[in-house]
Amino acid sequence: MTTMRESRSVTGPMVVVSPSDPADPASHSHAGAQKKTASKPAERVTAIEMGARQREISVSEFFTKNRHLLGFDNPRKALLTCVKEAVDNALDACEEAGILPDVTVRLEVVPIDGVTPPASQATRFRVTVTDNGPGIVRQQIPRIFAKLLYGSKFHRLRMSRGQQGIGISAAGMYAQLTTGKPVRIISRIGPRAAAHFFEVQIDTKKNEPLVHESKQIEWDQPRGTQVTMEIEGRYQKGRASVDEWLEQTSIANPHAKLIYYTPEGEIKEYTRAYHELPPSPREIKPHPYGIEFGMFLKMVQETKSHTVVGFLASDFCRISPQLADQICRQAKISPEMKPRDLKGSAAETLYRTIQSTKIMAPPTNCLSPIGEKAILAGLYKQIKGEFYTAVTRPPAVYRGNPFVIEAGLAYGQRPDEHNKPEQPAAPRAEGEHEEDDVELARVIRYANRVPLLYQQSACATFKAVLGLSWKNYGVAQARGALPAGPMVIFVHMASVWVPFTSESKEAIADYDEIHKEITLALRECGRRLGIYLRRRERAASEYRRRNIFELYIEEVVEACNRLKGGTLPKEKLKKQLQTIAVSRTGGIKTDEVLGKTGEGPEGLPHSIIVTEGGAEGDVVVGTKLDGGGEEAGIGQSRDGHTDHGGGLASGSKSDGGKSGGIRPSWRQNQRERFTGEDEKNKTRKGERPSSRASNGAVRRSRKVTA
Amino acid sequence: MMTKTKKPTTVEKKLVGLADLVIQAAERSKDPTLQIPIRALSNVSFNERKGMIEMGDKKQARSFFNIGMAKKFMQTMLVADALAELQRADLTTSLREIYYRTKHTIRDSHENTFDTQDESDPIIEDLEVTLSALREELHVRAENAGSIVGPVVFGDDGDRVDCSKLGKGGYSVPSIVEPEYLEIRRCTADFVLLVEKGTQWNRLSEDKFWRRYNCILLTGNGQPPRGVRRLARRLHEEQGLPIYVLVDNDPWGYYIYSVVKQGSINLAFESQRMAIPKAKFMGLSSADPERYGLPRNVGIKLNDKDVARAKELMNYQWFKKPAWQAEIKRMLTSGLKYELDALANKDFQYLTKQYLPRKLREQDWLD
Ligand SMILES: Nc1ncnc2c1ncn2[C@@H]1O[C@H](COP(=O)(O)OP(=O)(O)O)[C@@H](O)[C@H]1O
Ligand SMILES: [Mg+2]
Repeated sequence: MTTMRESRSVTGPMVVVSPSDPADPASHSHAGAQKKTASKPAERVTAIEMGARQREISVSEFFTKNRHLLGFDNPRKALLTCVKEAVDNALDACEEAGILPDVTVRLEVVPIDGVTPPASQATRFRVTVTDNGPGIVRQQIPRIFAKLLYGSKFHRLRMSRGQQGIGISAAGMYAQLTTGKPVRIISRIGPRAAAHFFEVQIDTKKNEPLVHESKQIEWDQPRGTQVTMEIEGRYQKGRASVDEWLEQTSIANPHAKLIYYTPEGEIKEYTRAYHELPPSPREIKPHPYGIEFGMFLKMVQETKSHTVVGFLASDFCRISPQLADQICRQAKISPEMKPRDLKGSAAETLYRTIQSTKIMAPPTNCLSPIGEKAILAGLYKQIKGEFYTAVTRPPAVYRGNPFVIEAGLAYGQRPDEHNKPEQPAAPRAEGEHEEDDVELARVIRYANRVPLLYQQSACATFKAVLGLSWKNYGVAQARGALPAGPMVIFVHMASVWVPFTSESKEAIADYDEIHKEITLALRECGRRLGIYLRRRERAASEYRRRNIFELYIEEVVEACNRLKGGTLPKEKLKKQLQTIAVSRTGGIKTDEVLGKTGEGPEGLPHSIIVTEGGAEGDVVVGTKLDGGGEEAGIGQSRDGHTDHGGGLASGSKSDGGKSGGIRPSWRQNQRERFTGEDEKNKTRKGERPSSRASNGAVRRSRKVTA
Repeated sequence: MMTKTKKPTTVEKKLVGLADLVIQAAERSKDPTLQIPIRALSNVSFNERKGMIEMGDKKQARSFFNIGMAKKFMQTMLVADALAELQRADLTTSLREIYYRTKHTIRDSHENTFDTQDESDPIIEDLEVTLSALREELHVRAENAGSIVGPVVFGDDGDRVDCSKLGKGGYSVPSIVEPEYLEIRRCTADFVLLVEKGTQWNRLSEDKFWRRYNCILLTGNGQPPRGVRRLARRLHEEQGLPIYVLVDNDPWGYYIYSVVKQGSINLAFESQRMAIPKAKFMGLSSADPERYGLPRNVGIKLNDKDVARAKELMNYQWFKKPAWQAEIKRMLTSGLKYELDALANKDFQYLTKQYLPRKLREQDWLD
């Protein structure tokens, strides 16, 4: 029986089955009857046979079939997904508990047969994510980590990173399937509680946790959760890597401090640049416009209300009892009807009536946008540029779901960077050109603060970026292409329900309302960039003019001096001519625009302008780089900071007091210092630690030797 | 040669004046500005009475603090400095040497003060007109590009140069022929024949035409350089010799003649010292082919440029005389131009033995 079934399911009914199988009806026929068999219609499976086939689908089967939907399509992506699920949970938990998140991610290569391959060759990794969040009560731990579809976020409409209750247990499942190792958890809910250690696996038949180990342990952390998984994976830097994801996470979550131990032994530290927690988003009931009919039916069945009016008024937002009554009457349904009795066409009529009734837009206080200041802080902290701006749009609604679009821009190079190459440039020979680098802008996309790294071109954010005429803002753009230039474009959608194009949650669906909001946000960013670029261009040309004069003044003064027989007070003449030059080329104004005087000149809202003199605008003094208490967790990094000495520290104070700026050159020093230290460490491994972004905007992460 | 004193020359004083201009402007917070007479057709006029081109008073400001002029201003000061150096050291030099002397890379940059000689040459001309100093006075010489042969004796650096005893090669005309540098000791010739082309000058010199007709043969190998023009002027002025010009029959030949006669547009202010208003155009005239029976097949078809240039010449005031209008029109009508060399079509010595004798005999020239 089994053989037959298998062969059928594989090859289909037209195949002549083996006559030796006694169970097969065709085997009774003789050779001459073979034709008959072939022409016979496909055999039907009886209801009894079918009934016998029915069985519970095990979670491991479910997982294996759907792994691509859950982000485990390939080993590289799986590594990222495991990190992502754990970090998302850590941030969600911290924020919900009102704690500024400190999250540590550690990737380690797992030796195979006692040999530890280099990270780029390794196939097995240990992923450990530790947070300082609220911790998890002991009883919940096994189910959270070893039961699929178990979570606290699915049953409510509230903006959060996770939603399905499938994240971390799926990662644990993946670990279990690829390495057979249990998930290890340490969690502690407060300094006076004990820390619990668990080793759990999923009983793949029952979708229930199997606890291998459960004990109290000593833990140096007063509170928080640590999860460790051993998985099959691949580590490769660059696009869509763990490194990129963490960096982008830190941009959109500047209130979080992330420490990342790379599998190559580096420590990357993404500091906290913003010291306020995002406001806690409120939970809301679904808006009737956002509910599909199937879901509606499910709600009808599950409601606790005893009447249809009650159901409408209490299970949805923006439906008052009066409005509910009115809807019922219009749908010709008794308001007092029991919801469970609402079936078939009546339910459909009611649903249609609701959809055609004018209902107030949902409340928007359920959303927690990042905010302009925080976006600026995040961009400024991680991306080296000369101009930053951010826009948070007012809330809008698509299909009954409130959402907020935020956009940001980081543009250009640091003044200290583009000044350098100009001087030592060798005179160019004929036919030699400046490298025509047509570097394109980089788009970084977020849904509820989580970076989206895959399927860029399917994403509404990306389409909106392409759809905007960047040329209007002084940025080159080829037809149908991304704008060109050293630019990072940031787009965030915050919503209780982000519509993704597919289950894998990698691209935001291109609804008109969403597209429009993204465009409006980008347009405002672009407009500010345009103003900045035009001003800078004007000032730069004035400045170039003055430079030309200054260049020639030298020559003219020398010539005059020789003509006068070498008796001329040269310095005096030079000064006089220089004064004329300055007054003829916009003078002080040019200096201001170019930031030579260090005053903030631009008057652009929610923007940062970085010049040689420093950063101007909405710069949040983020990290206390000279060794604040919160850095105490990491010895090395602390040492790294303190040896800068008092000079720098006082520099940061006086600066911070006035404009809130941190001198980029100083930051630069800082960074170089860390990189420098790193270099020593790294050369052994023959890898440069540079974390330069592909498009020239340099990602700034402070690194400390491990 | 004149003996030089340590006292600054007039030219030197004028050059130092440029530095003073800069210093004074700076003192008063003003943009240092040079007023440079415009060297173009728009700023010349033909003085009918004197028969020469004169420069008008239109001037062009060259300001230091003007982005389009800053570099030129700086270059002007550098050239002025180099010229003052020549004055002090009492040296003469070439345009090319001035270029090299003033060329260097500006400190802290990759920019050169001058990139090519094309940038420094016009600046020297600017200074000539601005300071109204002749190039010779500025001690800048051109290439020696002229030859002279005939019954004249010069004193050059104390050497006696008898141009009747220099074979067929003659004496190479220096670029500076001012009396301090070149002395005309004796001259017994009756006239000067200024020949455009070296080839025809060679023919005449070889045939000893100058001995037979007691004249001086002079050539500038094309557009005569300043030395040649100035020497012709001196022979005309000091020795009272008539000057006859012999050029190809094309618009460029006419123009060469006009430069000798009235002066050039570019350096009109030098007309005073260079122009020879009484010079005569001996040929080749557009009437000659017919008169001397030159076959049409030794002519060359006028190209578009020739035609345009010829029409331009007809508009110059100094070509307005009816005879000249007819002369140029005839060329345009025939559509042909003729080189002097074409005379060889009839005989190798046709120029020496037929053409010139007949011209002189018939006094067939244009004024
Ligand atoms: N680090 C953590 N600290 C506190 N609670 C956590 C942590 N990780 C997970 N949880 C809890 O476990 C639940 C299940 O997590 P998960 O399987 O990732 O699903 P989801 O995040 O979609 O809800 C979360 O809803 C949360 O309540
Ligand atoms: Mg989760």
